[in-house]
Amino acid sequence: MLSCKETTQRLSESHDRPLGWRERLAVRVHTLMCRGCRNYDRQLDILDHACHQLRGDALPDEDDDPTDTSGER
Amino acid sequence: MTATDSLSETPADMDYARLRRDMLRFAVLQLRDQAAAEDAVQEALAGALAKGATFGGRSRYKTWVFSILRHKIADTLRERARHPTQQLTPDERDDHPLEYALESQFTERGHWRREARPRDWGDPEEVLASEQFWQLFEACLDHLPEQTARVFMMREFVGLETAEICRELELKRNNCWVILHRARGRLRLCLEENWLRDGEASAC
Repeated sequence: MLSCKETTQRLSESHDRPLGWRERLAVRVHTLMCRGCRNYDRQLDILDHACHQLRGDALPDEDDDPTDTSGER
Repeated sequence: MTATDSLSETPADMDYARLRRDMLRFAVLQLRDQAAAEDAVQEALAGALAKGATFGGRSRYKTWVFSILRHKIADTLRERARHPTQQLTPDERDDHPLEYALESQFTERGHWRREARPRDWGDPEEVLASEQFWQLFEACLDHLPEQTARVFMMREFVGLETAEICRELELKRNNCWVILHRARGRLRLCLEENWLRDGEASAC
């Protein structure tokens, strides 16, 4: 059984490398039972999305409506 | 946000001095070399001005210029990996206080202490639409220790794989993962402590 500390480490690593199937299973079992780590997992996803939004790799289209400020990436 | 009225014009109220300063700080952190960073920033700004485009406002323009800068930085780092010439100054370990802060969230057995247990931030879309979140996010990024910030930004903003980061910084891969884990841990802790304190999220 993984501890919360071990689980958070693997949750983070899952963003940087593929986890082995045993690791994935152990993490899943733990997060099913642990609300703290479940929330941690979701928080990492939000951070991930935030970073992607800041990266903004896609160039804006040349013919974008300049007055449209909604849905900015 | 100011609308532009001709092609190849940047938003009229763009503060270039500030933009250049932000870009330089970001580039110095990644490249750890003032001259190389200034070159990258110059090229990125020149490239942005040359390309031009119609923009709706400052923030999109800034995102776009930073995107060009990131690609320049990534190119420089990859080139450096192919032809290592410079001896860059090694970094001191700067994350001992950080390590302690993160460790103290857990009991001896490695479980969350009750007061440290991560809470529910609510609907991700609402979070990412919150102005307060973005201000805090940037502030929390600024507070990361230098080496931690460097590795995190190489991964999440420059988009390098851990193997490339490790090669560039001469770190073992395992060490990279630990640093990234601490960066994420520190960021979420900083956000949770400062943002959710206003009682927006439900306590779990």
